[in-house]
Amino acid sequence: MTDHLLSIVLCTPLVGLLVLLVIPSENRSLLRIWANVAAFAGFLVSLPLVFRFNSSASGFQFVERADWIPSLGVHYAIGIDGISLLLVMLSTVIGLIAVLCSWVSVETRVKGYYAMFLLLQVGIIGVFVSLDAFLFYVFWELVLIPMYFIIGLWGGPRRLYAAIKFFLFTLVGSVLMLLGLLALYYLHLQQFGYYSFEISELMKLNLPLATQQWIFWALFFGFAVKVPMFPLHTWLPDAHVEAPTGGSVVLASVMLKMGTYGFMRFSLPLLPQASADRMIVQIIAVLSIIAILYGALVSLVQQDWKKLVAYSSVSHMGFCTLGIFALNANGLVGSVIQQVSHGITTGLLFLLVGMVYERRHTREIGNFGGLAQVMPKFAVAFAIAMFASAGLPLLSGFVGEFTILQGAFQANRTWAVWAVFGVVLAAAYLLWLYQRTMLGKITHDENRLLRDLSWREGAVLLPLIAWTFWIGIYPKPYFDILAKPVAEIVARTHK
Amino acid sequence: MSYYSATDHFVLLPAILLALFGCAVLLLDFVFSGLRRAALLTFTLLGLAFCGAALWRQQAYLNSGLGELTAFGGALTIDRFALFFNWLFLGASALVAIVSLAYLDRKKTGPSEYYALMLFAQCGMFFLAAGTDLVTLFIGLELMALSFYVMVGFLRREKRSNEAAMKYLLLGAFSSGILAYGFSILYGISGSTRLSDIATAVAARGAHDPVLFLALATTAAGALFKISAVPFHMWAPDAYEGAPTTVTAYLAVASKAAAFALLLRLLLGPLESARAIWSPILAVVAVATMTLGNLAAISQNNIKRLLAYSSIAHAGYILLGLVAGNETGIQGVSVYLLVYTVMTTGAFFVVLTMSGGEDIADLGGLAKRKPWLAMLMLLFLLSLAGLPPTAGFWGKYYIFLALIQTGHYTLAVIATLYIAVALYYYFRIVRFMFASDAENPAPETSFGLRLALGVTAALTLGIGLYPEPFLKMAQSSLIGTP
Repeated sequence: MTDHLLSIVLCTPLVGLLVLLVIPSENRSLLRIWANVAAFAGFLVSLPLVFRFNSSASGFQFVERADWIPSLGVHYAIGIDGISLLLVMLSTVIGLIAVLCSWVSVETRVKGYYAMFLLLQVGIIGVFVSLDAFLFYVFWELVLIPMYFIIGLWGGPRRLYAAIKFFLFTLVGSVLMLLGLLALYYLHLQQFGYYSFEISELMKLNLPLATQQWIFWALFFGFAVKVPMFPLHTWLPDAHVEAPTGGSVVLASVMLKMGTYGFMRFSLPLLPQASADRMIVQIIAVLSIIAILYGALVSLVQQDWKKLVAYSSVSHMGFCTLGIFALNANGLVGSVIQQVSHGITTGLLFLLVGMVYERRHTREIGNFGGLAQVMPKFAVAFAIAMFASAGLPLLSGFVGEFTILQGAFQANRTWAVWAVFGVVLAAAYLLWLYQRTMLGKITHDENRLLRDLSWREGAVLLPLIAWTFWIGIYPKPYFDILAKPVAEIVARTHK
Repeated sequence: MSYYSATDHFVLLPAILLALFGCAVLLLDFVFSGLRRAALLTFTLLGLAFCGAALWRQQAYLNSGLGELTAFGGALTIDRFALFFNWLFLGASALVAIVSLAYLDRKKTGPSEYYALMLFAQCGMFFLAAGTDLVTLFIGLELMALSFYVMVGFLRREKRSNEAAMKYLLLGAFSSGILAYGFSILYGISGSTRLSDIATAVAARGAHDPVLFLALATTAAGALFKISAVPFHMWAPDAYEGAPTTVTAYLAVASKAAAFALLLRLLLGPLESARAIWSPILAVVAVATMTLGNLAAISQNNIKRLLAYSSIAHAGYILLGLVAGNETGIQGVSVYLLVYTVMTTGAFFVVLTMSGGEDIADLGGLAKRKPWLAMLMLLFLLSLAGLPPTAGFWGKYYIFLALIQTGHYTLAVIATLYIAVALYYYFRIVRFMFASDAENPAPETSFGLRLALGVTAALTLGIGLYPEPFLKMAQSSLIGTP
C-alpha cells in the first residue's frame, strides 16, 4: 500500500495544533470551535482505517517506511495490526470526546489547553502506530510533556504535586525502557552487523534466556509504570484526581493502554522466552492479581467519587496484564477487548464525575444522594457506565473480563479463582457508589436544583454508551480483528 | 630541518588572526575614544569571520585528503578533532559576543577590553584543541584561563563579581600549578614535550608504574578542574553566579569544551596505554560529579547557581563517554559537547533577559508576559534534561549506548536515573514560569539577544529532529581520523 493514510491520521492533530497557534488567544470561541473541528477531523480521517482494514491478512497494514537517521538505523516506520487498530480508534474517539467535554469547563488559558490536547493526541497515536522502537520511544516521551501541563496548569488544588509525580514516575520507567531498547539495538548490531531499531528487524534476534530476562525487566519498568502495575501505581490516584476532566479521560482511557500495548508489541514478541519464563510469568500474574484485588478493595473505601474511579482503573488494568501473561489466545484477545472496554467505561465514569463536579464543585460521595430524582437522564447514563464497568453481560466489560478469565483459567486455575473475586468486588464498590449517590432520598438541599444533562453533555456521552453496547452485544468483529495478530504473538511465545 | 615554513603559518593562522584582532580592538578603543560600542562588536565579529575563513581553508585542506596539518615540528596539529572544537568555540564566541553588547550597556561598563579578552580566550582555546605539545597546551590553557579570570571579575563595582574572580583565580592558579607538575613528570619520564614521544615512553612503562600514576593523577586534576568535575568543582557555582551572565555562558560552554579537548588529547593520545589506570578513576569521578551536580541543583534558588550545578552534572555525563572509551563513547563526547553548547547558551540567554533578580522566583509568570520566551526556556530545559525530540537527547543517547556496548550496565542505570532528578529541578523553573502569577519586571530583550535565542532554539530543535549531519560531523572528528 502506497498511500499515506496512517501518516495523515498521525499528522491531522499536528496540523490542527499549528493552525491553533496562530489564532489569537483572546478569541476564545474561535479557539474552542477550531480545536473541536481539528479533533473531529482527526476522528474522521481515522475512520477509513476501519473500513479498509483487512482482518484476514497477517502482519502489518498501511505500512509506511522512510529513512530518518540513516547512520543510526532509525526509520520512520509506521503501520498497524488489529491490536493497534483498535487502540488508534479508541484514541481518536476519546481524543475527540475529551476536547468536546472541555467546552465550558476550561476558562483559563484556553489556547494552551487545546494546544496541549492536540499535541497529546499526536504522541498517543504515534505510540500505537510506530514500527520502529526509536520512533516509539520519541512518541512515548512526547506524551509526557503535554500531560504534565494539562494536570499542572488546569488541575485541582494539588495539581503541581500530582503533575511532577506523574512525570517523574513515568520518566524513570521510560529511561530504563530506553536502556532495554538500546541493548536490543546493540545486540542486533552484534548479530547482524548493522544498526536497526525496526521491530521487524529486532524480532530476528536470537538471544539467550538470561539476556532476555535482563532486557525484559528494563522494559518492564517502562510499561508497568504506565499501566500502572501494583507497586508502581501510586502516581495514578494523584494524577487522576487532580487532572481536569478531559485530562483524566485521556489519561485513563488511552494513556494507560500505552503500557499494556508495550507489553504486547515489545516484551512478548521480542523477548518470547523471557516472557514465557515461569518465574517472570508468576511474578507478573501475582502483581496483576494484587492490583485487581487491592485496587478493588481501596475503591471500596473511597470517599471521593473520582478517586474511586481512579482506583477502579488499577483493578481493571490488572485484568489486562493478567490476560496478556496468560500467554494464550483467549487471554490476549480478552485483554485487548478489556482495554478498549475500560477506555470506554472509565471514560464515561470520569465524564460523569466531571459533570457532577461542574454543578456542585465537590466530589465527596457523602454530599450526594438521591440524584436520580433530580437528574434522571444522568442516572440512566451513570447506570449504564457502572454496569459496563462492573462487567454485566450485554455490555462491553463482560466480554473483556470473561475472555480474560477464560484465558487465565487455561493458564492457571488459581489465578482465575483469585481474579473472579475482583469481579465480585467491582460489582460491590460500583453498586454501592450508585446507591449512595443516585438512590434514596435527597439528603442535601443543594442537590434539589441540579440541572439534568444538557444536549451537549448527552452528545459527549452517547457515542461511548453506544460503543459499550456494541461490544457487549456483538463482539464478533473485535474477535475477528484480533485473531491474527494475537495468534502470531502466542505462536512466538510458545516456540 | 627548518623551523618556520608556510605550513606553520597556515596552521597558526586562526590563532594569529584572533590575537591580532584582539589587540586591534584594544587599540581602536584607545585611539578613537568616542567609538560606539556597536562598532567594536562589528569589528570583533569581523575578526571571528576571518578566523572562520582560516578554519574553512584548513577544513578544505583536510577534505582534499592530503593528510593532517602539523606545524612547528609537531607542536601543533590541525586534524578534524581540532577543527571540530574550533568551530564549536567560534560559534560560542559569536553568539556570546552578539548578546554581550546590550548586556554590557545595561551594566554600564566598558566594552573594549571585554571583546579583546574574548578573542584572547578563544586564541587560547585554539591551542588547547590543536596543541600536541605540553608547552603549547599549557600556554593555551593559561591564555584562556587568564582571560577568563578578568572577564569573570568584569563588573568591578559589584562585590560578587569580584569575589567570584578572586576565587576562580586562586583555585585556577593552584590547579594550573598541579597540571604543570604533572606535565613536568611526563617530561621527566619521556625526555620530550611532544605528545607522540610521551606516548612511546608511557607505553614502555607498563600500566602499574607509580610514577605514571602520579603524572596521570596530577594532569587529570588540572584538566578536571577546568571542566568542574568533583572534587574540583567548588569554584564553579560561585564563579557562575558572580560573573556577568554573558561570561557565565561563555565559561560554561567554551571553557568547558576546551578543557575536554585537552583531556581527550592527553588521555586518548599519550596516556591511552594507561587506560587501565585512568578509566576506573574517571568512572568514580563521573558518578560523583553527576551525583553532586544533580543533588545540589535541587535546592538552588538562584538560577545561575542552578545552571552551574547542572553544568557540573553534565560534565559527569560527558566523562562517562570517556569511561566507555569506545568509538561510540568518544563520538558521544563530541556530540554531547555540541548539544551542550547550544542548549546551555540558550538557557543562559533566557536568564540574560531577566531584568529583576536572578532567582527562580523572578521568572514567575513569564509565560503570561512573554509566552514565546517561556516556550524557548522550556525547550532548552527539556533539552538539558535530555528528552527527545530535542538536541540534548542525542548527547545522552550516545553515552548510554556506549556504556551498554562496553558492559558498564550499573553506570548506565545510574546515569539514566539521574535524568529524573535533573528533570525535577529543571521543572521547578518550568513551574514558576507557567504556573505562577507573580508580577515581575518585564524581560528585556535586544535585537542581538533575539537573534541568538532564535539560532540556539532552532539548533536545539533542529539537531533533535534531524541530527544526521551533526552526528556525521562528530563522527569524523574522532582523534586519529584524518
